[in-house]
Amino acid sequence: MASLKALKLRIGSVKSTQKITKAMKMVAAAKLRRAQQNAEAGRPYATRLSEVVSSLASRVTVGPQSPKLIAGTGKDETHLIVLATGDRGLAGAFNTNIVRAARKKAEELQAQGKTVLFYIVGRKGRPVIARSFPKSIIADHDTSGMKSPAYADAQAIADDITDRFLSGQFDVAHLAYSEFKSVLAQEPQVDQIIPVVPAPAAANNKGSTASAAVEYEPDEEAILADLLPRNVAIQIYRALLENAAGFYGSQMTAMDNATRNAGDMINRLSIQYNRQRQAAITTELVEIISGAEAL
Amino acid sequence: MADLHFELVTPEKLVRSDEVHMVVVPGVEGDFGVMAGHAPFMTTLKDGSLQVFKTAGGQPETIKVSGGFAEVGDKGLTVLAESAEA
Repeated sequence: MASLKALKLRIGSVKSTQKITKAMKMVAAAKLRRAQQNAEAGRPYATRLSEVVSSLASRVTVGPQSPKLIAGTGKDETHLIVLATGDRGLAGAFNTNIVRAARKKAEELQAQGKTVLFYIVGRKGRPVIARSFPKSIIADHDTSGMKSPAYADAQAIADDITDRFLSGQFDVAHLAYSEFKSVLAQEPQVDQIIPVVPAPAAANNKGSTASAAVEYEPDEEAILADLLPRNVAIQIYRALLENAAGFYGSQMTAMDNATRNAGDMINRLSIQYNRQRQAAITTELVEIISGAEAL
Repeated sequence: MADLHFELVTPEKLVRSDEVHMVVVPGVEGDFGVMAGHAPFMTTLKDGSLQVFKTAGGQPETIKVSGGFAEVGDKGLTVLAESAEA
């Protein structure tokens, strides 16, 4: 049985923890609103662009001289997983879920006999991957300095990845991030970004009458050369935005839970404290009364 | 004649999504007007102004755009610009 003093100290420390989690929840909520707006505003562009690119990819006849970003390297040996996580913890299972999705994908690919490499964006993914897939991390990009994801950062990551792709370090790239569905739900996603996935056959057939006559200015090659790197950058930018929103959402929920748990704990400890105090008083009274009776 | 579905999107947000009569787009090889039923077409943009004609013969609304693409497909005209301001 803990002493009264120990209980009191314990209650005090839980109370100060509760204050911290409450403050973190508030901060996360404020940042969430911002991040959510950014994520939602960025979606239309990313979806339109990937629509355009994939419809283009399904139309263009892939030849040896067509850009590698669309045609691939002709091999399917080395896969790169771009793992985008948050930089900080205390956000429930947010980072764990992304990493788990990426690991699952990596294990699938390894089971098929492929080589898997990792490109880490954000701080929280590195330790786990370094442990379970040693020597597979080719680079990592630290995003902890920036407040909110900027397009320039995404561009820098995309350029780096594209360069590595063109120099033949890998054949296929996947992007693992968490899609922001709502404050309560973030869904880890693993999408293929390089080479471009052509639009599904159904959509292709429907558009085929029109697609035969698409005109390009200046010409297909020039457009693709401009469009493809931009698409990679935009998909990464989108992943960063979704991650930011998801992170704060998850952190808010986690901190809300923590605050509530702390409240419960304080209640339980206070009841215990009061019971013990009463017991002590009762014992003292009994002692006094029996002492008086003995006189 | 049916109106043209016109969408203008930048990385930051969806600027416009509207049914309009005609849009004049600054293509890299010259400006071109798009009305409903335009043949499939795709081009990069040069910096310049979009002119949006809400109705036939009406006053155009101009939107400055820079960088990006315009795609005309079955769904209408989609302009993906780096930046846009009215």
